[in-house]
Amino acid sequence: MTNLTPTTEPSIGDAPDQLAAVADALGEKPRSALRAMLPTLTPWLVTGLSLIGAIALFGIIGPFFVQDPTVIRNIGLSAPSADHILGTTQTGQDVFAQLAYATRGSLEIGLLVGVLATILSAFFGILGAYIGGFTDEAFSLFSNVFLVIPGLPLVIVISGFVPPQQRGLWTIAVVLAITGWAASSRVLRAQTMSIRNRDYVSAARVSGERSFRVIAVEILPNLLPVLASQFVFAVIAAILAEAGLAFLGLGASNSSTLGTMLFYAQNGFALPLGAWWWFIPPGLIIALFGTGLSLVNFSIDEIINPRLKNARLYRKRRKVAMRQRSTPRSKITPRSNTKSRSAS
Amino acid sequence: MNYFLRKLGFYAIALWAALTLNFMIPRLLPGNPVDILLAKLQQRGGIVTAETRRAYELLLGGNSDLPLLAQYWDYIVNVFRGDLGISVTYFPAPVSEVISASLPWTIMLVGIATVLSTILGVGLGAIVGWKPGTWLDSLVPATTLLAAVPYFWLALILVYVFATTWRLFPGQGGYDVVLDPGWSLEFIGSALTYGFLPALTIVIASIGGWLLGMRNMMVSTLSEDYILTAEAKGLRNGKILRSYAARNAMLPSIAGFAISLGFVVSGSIVTEQVFSYPGIGSKLLTAVTNNDYALMQGIFLYITLAVLGANLVVDILYGFIDPRTRARS
Amino acid sequence: MTLTANPAAAGATPTPPPVVLTVENLTVVYEVDHPVTAVKNVSLELARGEILGLAGESGCGKTTLAYAINRLHKPPARIVSGEVTFHDKADGDLNLLTLGQEQLRLFRWDKLSMVFQGAMNALNPVITVRAQLEDVLTTHRPDMKKAERRELAASVLQLVGVDRSRLTSYAHELSGGMRQRVMIAMALLLEPQVMIMDEPTTALDVVVQREILREIVRLRDELNFAVIFITHDLPLLLEISDRIAIMLAGEIVELDTATNIYRNPQHPYTKKLLGSFPSLTGERGSFIRSGVNNSSDLS
Repeated sequence: MTNLTPTTEPSIGDAPDQLAAVADALGEKPRSALRAMLPTLTPWLVTGLSLIGAIALFGIIGPFFVQDPTVIRNIGLSAPSADHILGTTQTGQDVFAQLAYATRGSLEIGLLVGVLATILSAFFGILGAYIGGFTDEAFSLFSNVFLVIPGLPLVIVISGFVPPQQRGLWTIAVVLAITGWAASSRVLRAQTMSIRNRDYVSAARVSGERSFRVIAVEILPNLLPVLASQFVFAVIAAILAEAGLAFLGLGASNSSTLGTMLFYAQNGFALPLGAWWWFIPPGLIIALFGTGLSLVNFSIDEIINPRLKNARLYRKRRKVAMRQRSTPRSKITPRSNTKSRSAS
Repeated sequence: MNYFLRKLGFYAIALWAALTLNFMIPRLLPGNPVDILLAKLQQRGGIVTAETRRAYELLLGGNSDLPLLAQYWDYIVNVFRGDLGISVTYFPAPVSEVISASLPWTIMLVGIATVLSTILGVGLGAIVGWKPGTWLDSLVPATTLLAAVPYFWLALILVYVFATTWRLFPGQGGYDVVLDPGWSLEFIGSALTYGFLPALTIVIASIGGWLLGMRNMMVSTLSEDYILTAEAKGLRNGKILRSYAARNAMLPSIAGFAISLGFVVSGSIVTEQVFSYPGIGSKLLTAVTNNDYALMQGIFLYITLAVLGANLVVDILYGFIDPRTRARS
Repeated sequence: MTLTANPAAAGATPTPPPVVLTVENLTVVYEVDHPVTAVKNVSLELARGEILGLAGESGCGKTTLAYAINRLHKPPARIVSGEVTFHDKADGDLNLLTLGQEQLRLFRWDKLSMVFQGAMNALNPVITVRAQLEDVLTTHRPDMKKAERRELAASVLQLVGVDRSRLTSYAHELSGGMRQRVMIAMALLLEPQVMIMDEPTTALDVVVQREILREIVRLRDELNFAVIFITHDLPLLLEISDRIAIMLAGEIVELDTATNIYRNPQHPYTKKLLGSFPSLTGERGSFIRSGVNNSSDLS
């Protein structure tokens, strides 16, 4: 919203230096570049990946194994039972089946918007920052204006003017992408600028590399963690935004997503009637998926800002050191630093 | 000085862009909004004259014979005069009147909730970042989970628990409809009671972002050299935390606060829908359902104005808080 | 606080003990997966008012030693064994490693201050120079009045050659040399008995470096504080130090007066360090080809 760029934010351009500095101080060999780019497998990361994996699997292959979600029965609102694992809606439709299709729908739109928004933000953010000068100023102004204009009202107004029949999945996706790319592009711009100022990029440009190659070979690989993180944010934001839109009655008209499911649940008075099995699961899936993505983002954060990683590792080492101190020291003989740093 | 001028200039441009968007959207999208609008108006027993049609065409575009640029100019002039048209839903009330009646409710509710959420979140984040290893660390994943939850889903569940089942707070409305609106103690008390649950849901949903951001910044800041200097100087821990660590770490949070101001007015839309709160957001939704295009445009304009204004204020404030900003521009 | 009563303290004008800081067999280990001993059994004595140079290449442990003396070292560094004793001019001996947190806090800067490497980042970027100078005073001299604080901050800046109008500046508005001077001024505020300087001039150009070094020596002559000057630049130490300690891989391999180190180095590493700096005089190219300083100007 504002074009504030606080100087105190860590940038990925400094990340390799920080890692190297720590390795240096501890007398370790610095890890290979590739290893430094990959997140370390912490319990959080494993949890996050499993959540994402499970839900994605549910959405992709679930619909092949469940009943037909559109079949109407006259049993009305019924609690979970052997026939219907998650009960039925007020029109007797199987909730579990609906859930599978709805998950698929939400994942589709999440991915679609995520990709579209990331492409837009990469274009305006990275390219603008690389070219610099007037282009950079223009792109930056453009994205700041988009950022500061309130998103949801804009989406509502646009959706409001489009007649309901024409509000398909693609329309909603495009609208969400257009209103959502700006925040990412600011981050990408800041990070690109920090990398662009590094010596290895200057060296490449001075030695005559074409711009396209410099971007592709020197800049993009270093931006991968940031891009990945922004993509994850975009997907979460898209799924949540779509859910909100659908809840307000402005969702995609011909498709089934977790948001539309909640809309029908709300309109069918699910909660007041005590039908928790209809209302809770869709929201829960969104929440769990979002949490999984956030946990993965934590690990990506550690790559972008190695100080977070160091903070975690220090805690781990201190615990180990405390434990070692309370056990007999016979097994542990500190090795002196004889690694050859001394000039010879 | 340069910095402040640049900021003013930017926001002037943003305002112009918003006005232009407001002008263009009804004209770009399919269908003829004016016809629909006037049909609706007649349904409600309103009288449609050529004047009325002209007024709406100015706002929304139609088969007018004026060139686009002339329409644009007339539209801008009208906006600055405060003439936003007549609302269909609340006929014959003008749009500006509808907005000014509902705007204060939104600002009160969401403004207070956002400020609370920011203060709590940044404060807790500073503590969690300062002293890692306490039970407060578990707040981080907990609030992350909360941030991934769809807001309205959480809100509805809270309504179900607190309002429907336990009957602690009212689940709908802004105030007890029996009372007369006014500055009486009774009315304010009622407004607070009705506002508690919506505010609570907003705080719960948004506190995670603040906490996490502040904590990460604290971790970063604590490894800076000036913190070491402060310790070597023998300063008290409290002083280091406040003047050296938090003072630097919270800078991105202030930038983020500016960003969240965008949600003060616009985020209230879902809240107001869930709680039937009489704010500007619910009016927007009513407008959409009723094809009340004039009201929609007017509300969008006001929301944008509020957001731009707030952001400008925060930007200027930031220029004072971080002395390096002024130097850079 | 382990105070051993100093008989001199009870007298009328106590003579301060000749040694101000004693380090005995200090060992610091980094507790990592393969623990690293960064400081190995280091012992030294710092005489009151002397400049002790501490030379060695990057990674030899000089900074770890400096931080450990003041207990500023951070995990995973841990002091495994040894003693650090501060011989206060009036209050007797202080065992620095066993001081409680609060006493350590009071001790810091008041008796022993530090000037850090690269003042680029050592100054708080969001508060003024004056605020950073004065918060030392509000913490350690709470009885001082506001006007007195202002005056002291201004005069200490003037002492190091910075105009007092700079009090209202922010760190980013000062040049590198000026920032370093501010750091030195800050370190002088409470008239400490020891100043530890960790590579204070490394990031500066040679002209500014010379000015700052002259200030440091002049101030030492005036105020009689002791200095531990840490750097990898041995020729610089030869110029200003009274004694020099050479550090290699965590151990002090040689400790002698500057003159003796220059004329009569004992340890092979010392000899190597001395020969590693090209001279301004002598045959061009001789350094590179033989790696030994063949300059005829060996005075």
